Amino acid sequence: MGPGVDTPTAGSDLAKILKTHYRAQMASIGLVGAGLVSRSPRELAWRRFRANRIGIPAAVASVGIAFFAIFAPLIAWAINVNPNDRDGTAITERGQTIGRFGGMSWNHPLGVEPGIAYDLLARLMYGARISFMVAVISTFATVALGLIIGIVSGYYRGRVDSVFGRFTDFLLAFPSFFMIIALSGPTIQRIERSGIARDNSARILYLIVILSFFGWPYFSRIIRSQVLSLRERDYVVAARALGASNRRIIFKELLPNLWTPVIVYVSLALPGYLAAEAVFSYLGIGIQPPSASWGLIIADSTKYILSEPTYFFIPAISLILVVLSFNLLGDAIRDALDPKSEQS
Amino acid sequence: MSVPIMEVRDLAKFFPLASQGIFSRVKGDNKAVNGISFSIRPGETLGLVGESGCGKSTVGRTILKLYEPTSGSIIFEGEDISNYSNSQMKALRTKMQMIFQDPYSSLNPRHTVGSIIAASYEIQKIVPEGGVKKAVQELMERVGLNPEHYNRYPHEFSGGQRQRIGIARALALKPKFIVCDEAVSALDVSIQAQVINLLADLRDDFGLSYLFIAHDLSVVQHISDRVAVMYLGKIMELADVDSIYNSPHHPYTKALLSAVPLPDPLLEEKREQIVLSGDLPNPADPPAGCVFNTRCWKAKEVCFATQPELLQVGSSQVACHFPE
Repeated sequence: MGPGVDTPTAGSDLAKILKTHYRAQMASIGLVGAGLVSRSPRELAWRRFRANRIGIPAAVASVGIAFFAIFAPLIAWAINVNPNDRDGTAITERGQTIGRFGGMSWNHPLGVEPGIAYDLLARLMYGARISFMVAVISTFATVALGLIIGIVSGYYRGRVDSVFGRFTDFLLAFPSFFMIIALSGPTIQRIERSGIARDNSARILYLIVILSFFGWPYFSRIIRSQVLSLRERDYVVAARALGASNRRIIFKELLPNLWTPVIVYVSLALPGYLAAEAVFSYLGIGIQPPSASWGLIIADSTKYILSEPTYFFIPAISLILVVLSFNLLGDAIRDALDPKSEQS
Repeated sequence: MSVPIMEVRDLAKFFPLASQGIFSRVKGDNKAVNGISFSIRPGETLGLVGESGCGKSTVGRTILKLYEPTSGSIIFEGEDISNYSNSQMKALRTKMQMIFQDPYSSLNPRHTVGSIIAASYEIQKIVPEGGVKKAVQELMERVGLNPEHYNRYPHEFSGGQRQRIGIARALALKPKFIVCDEAVSALDVSIQAQVINLLADLRDDFGLSYLFIAHDLSVVQHISDRVAVMYLGKIMELADVDSIYNSPHHPYTKALLSAVPLPDPLLEEKREQIVLSGDLPNPADPPAGCVFNTRCWKAKEVCFATQPELLQVGSSQVACHFPE
């Protein structure tokens, strides 16, 4: 807020300008009338976030992509595309797309899939829905598990910590990627036979469970180390000297100081799981046709990479953009929440 | 003489040095506090001095039962609390409080000043007269803070102001006994004086007793009635503040005092300087006999063989075979 005295326009009231100037000065030192300008750590973080040149565009891109996924049916309806409609007029008899850039036209903004003539934009949007669902639920489960186990082992230490510690070591040393592939067949069959879910739902469930199961140790390590340092802070000792219970110390003293790693981890894990879903669908473990998935589209597009390069590049670039914007958003949030990174 | 507010007999606190792992074995103990006794009368301030790592902070935390004592007894107002459980301690916590050294780590950065001070009432489920907000603002005013800053966060305050917040938190439950653990060591000298004066005023107003832990002898001299000098988990000398400063009996006390700079350069030049060589021995493996024997210039055979008891010498209590 700049003082308004530099350019007094003709006819303006000098007293008013001086008053504005005074108020601006008072505001800058935190005194306006009787009210006090006080900034919470959250407000300060938001200010730093806004000052970051990458943060806002990354946030806009991330929110925009999430918007496309969430409102896919609505957008598809509005621009009159459908992920399950084949448009025979958009491809030749041999399955090649008609027109430039993979058949881009007003009817098909990103072109159509060669051979099958699905609208690519609709497939991408509907595929993003599944990818986001897998990524969001896996991230949530990972963070919840990691938070609980990290706090318990960091706060109570001792034997509990040793047991959880060895178990996380075991999981981290586990060849998880290989195991996810190897276990997929029997586990998905078992899920289907138990009647919890079938077909693609069973596959999605498998992906969520297995990704969360192998994901939490990384986060619980972070939380554990944070809690180990936080529990020795004097304010925790002060709370204990006041007679606070462990419950109160965990929820009132420790947890408010753990939101930073949680937010940062969420923003980094989400694109990771998004990409992981694409990878596993690409490898045939995840979503199966006719449902749409980014991994499936990319897998299919590699068949046409020479004749229909746009068909490959559009989903590939979309995936890169999503992962990049979420990662950059995560970086910006971390910088904003870490007061030591303050540049101004 | 009235019942001491806090009495400690043969207190010991050992921290086990364990190897890591599920099948951890205890590999010995860090003998942070190794058999000390003292008492504090109501309204009295006992200074506790010693170099870093001598166990003085451990004493402060153990007598408040923030650590479980290994052995010995802690008697608060005639009540032996050494074996009290956390739930038994909870009611007593309103009577004994603590002020911390580091004004940065002693306040949770995520809470406002108001909620930090009000936590005392919340935890003890006490509703002060006139409501929590009024009580908190009165406390803030009493310790020299602007009560309108109720909704501010710790990072908006200076070190001295933050220390005042910590003092207000300790005072909220109207305790009788406060452990000041290096309460001014982290502050600038000018601020130190303000905070010490505040603590002295509060002691007189509320009839508080302090255990005042510090490594700065001049700070301790100003506020204490009696002073205990600690070395490697043991008390070396315990005496009235004047005796300690004017006629120290223990070689370690003499060495500490000779390290206090004198404002007069002529005096400073003339006086005898005692420079102790070497470091504090490992508290997990204290030397046999007198614990100070590795650095003492007066050590004789007996000092390496038998441990000196804390005995009366003049008006002081001294643990030395060759007191002066």
